[in-house]
Amino acid sequence: MAPATPAQRDLRLDLFRGLALWLIFLDHIPSNVVSWGTIRNFGFSDAAEIFIFISGYTAAFVYGRAMLERGFIIAGARILKRAWQIYVAHMFLFVIYMAEIAYVSSSFENPLYHEEMGIFDFLKQPDVTLIQALMLKFKPVNMDVLPLYIALLLGFPPILWLLQKQATLALAASALLYALTWHFGWNLAAYPSGSWWFNPFAWQLLFVLGAWCALGGAERIGRFIRSPIVVALAIAYLVFALAIVMTWHFSSLAAYVPKWLGEAMYPIDKVNLDVLRIAHFLALAAIIVRFVHPSWPGLHSVWLRPAILCGQHSLEVFCLGIFLSFAGHFVFNEVSDAVYMQVLVSALGIAIMCAAAALMSWYKTIEGRSPGSRSKPPDADLAGGEA
Amino acid sequence: MRRWSAAPVAVLACMGAAFAAESPDCAVAAHLAVADYPLPRVAAAIDRVRQLDVLVMGAGSSTLAGPGGTDLAYPARLEAILAKQWPGVKTKVVTNVKSRRSAAEMEESFEKILIEQKPALVIWQSGTVDAITGVDPEEYRATLNEGVEALQAGGADVVLMNMQYSPRTESMIAIHAYADNMRLVSQQREVPLFDRFAIMRHWSELGTFDLYAATKKLEMAARIHDCIAQLLADLVHDGVKLSRDQPKAIQ
Repeated sequence: MAPATPAQRDLRLDLFRGLALWLIFLDHIPSNVVSWGTIRNFGFSDAAEIFIFISGYTAAFVYGRAMLERGFIIAGARILKRAWQIYVAHMFLFVIYMAEIAYVSSSFENPLYHEEMGIFDFLKQPDVTLIQALMLKFKPVNMDVLPLYIALLLGFPPILWLLQKQATLALAASALLYALTWHFGWNLAAYPSGSWWFNPFAWQLLFVLGAWCALGGAERIGRFIRSPIVVALAIAYLVFALAIVMTWHFSSLAAYVPKWLGEAMYPIDKVNLDVLRIAHFLALAAIIVRFVHPSWPGLHSVWLRPAILCGQHSLEVFCLGIFLSFAGHFVFNEVSDAVYMQVLVSALGIAIMCAAAALMSWYKTIEGRSPGSRSKPPDADLAGGEA
Repeated sequence: MRRWSAAPVAVLACMGAAFAAESPDCAVAAHLAVADYPLPRVAAAIDRVRQLDVLVMGAGSSTLAGPGGTDLAYPARLEAILAKQWPGVKTKVVTNVKSRRSAAEMEESFEKILIEQKPALVIWQSGTVDAITGVDPEEYRATLNEGVEALQAGGADVVLMNMQYSPRTESMIAIHAYADNMRLVSQQREVPLFDRFAIMRHWSELGTFDLYAATKKLEMAARIHDCIAQLLADLVHDGVKLSRDQPKAIQ
């Protein structure tokens, strides 16, 4: 069912966030043939950019209204509550991860993999590992997005306030922080060494940009974005990125990349959200804005409903997707990793994500209708997708 | 189920080890072990001095634990194959291998090693330990860059070797950022990359080796190391041929 939202709710956001969640799930199953079809194999950016941008957009959409209606303190408190929910969800995933490596460590032995067994050392000192995980410093593979999201939400109340007062100034401040981060190499420390895989000081730019778009920015630059020149540039850049990425897949093509270009371009840094990645995401966004109109009837079709539903329950579906990618890899290990199995696991995983999203929508409808429930749930969830 | 398939594989591995040297299995991945860049210092050592000193610098996966493991591991096998490949050249492969050692820890000891041992070729294996401990990929790349520079300045050619393909731990160790950075250093510094990950994954996909098998025995690991040594020797041979075809002054 369509959520009880004002007319301006843009279903495209839910659709593309839902699709991003599917892609994140597929990409997180190692050696999965289906993941060859995901966008990271055709350009510089991947589903993470889509997810963070749309999350910024919806956060501003939902909490921005709360801030206007009920003030900074109430909206800020709600944002922090949301950050707490995500923290709990992250810790739940962490437990599942630990269960998986504990199982593998007890069932797997091969002298060939002496070096790889080092990963099980974390189990030997739970006192350190668990505490570092609680402090969001120890983040196992593929569990970096939620800590980023938590960090972004923690810093969001003042930024939202500034966005409402001086939108351009807020965006400029965000860009300045991004630039300073690149210049000084700022990042948060991780355990046992290194720093965060998604540097919050850099990735905040995309989150704030999304928020800025939600609070009127999109309308201001709408005409510019839809202009033929921008669309042509975007297409040209996407083709360029596709050509470059093809040279990664087929090393014989690498010789065609001029040396100066390679030196200027590489490495394309995901940790600090490389400019080339932002540009790729923006080019994709420009194409989508140009060719998928918010009033497009297809957005209400049955075929897109599963993705939209997933996008409207992003936190739960995201966590489920991470869990399912562990489970999928487990199936590859224990049963078979034949190609048909990879396709089956991928399809089944997406089906489970959709079913869970549908179930949560149903819960929300019955809760919303039941007598004696809160007058008007102000939560992010009901305002058309979550923040 | 995987677990049940382990026994026949172990038997096959025993049979395989007996005639591992002639095993054609490894060759299915030969197209992945090609030197993209020449090895001029190795060529010079062979052609002028008739002596080739190779150093294998690595962590746990450059050796095999257990009785006789060292002799079955790829460095020892490489020595035998290279000696056969270039008869009349005094070939020696020395190892400097310690488990749980990061690239940065290895890089620290390069200066001393270059002075003491003067190898013409250093095979530098790293990445898994750095991925497990979560070393900053940028820092990892800087370490590789500095290391390659130091080794070349000290008169050695370098072959970079990346991680093993380990399907069971694949969802737990994020190696791809490190593998990408190693490839980048290989391209920028123009040193050959021995793509062990791609080679082993190819074997796994074709069923050449069952890398899921759980076993305490060394047989399969020994066969794999022998295959790695063969392909590595091919790559070195390739690199020498390249530098003879397109002679380039050694800086």
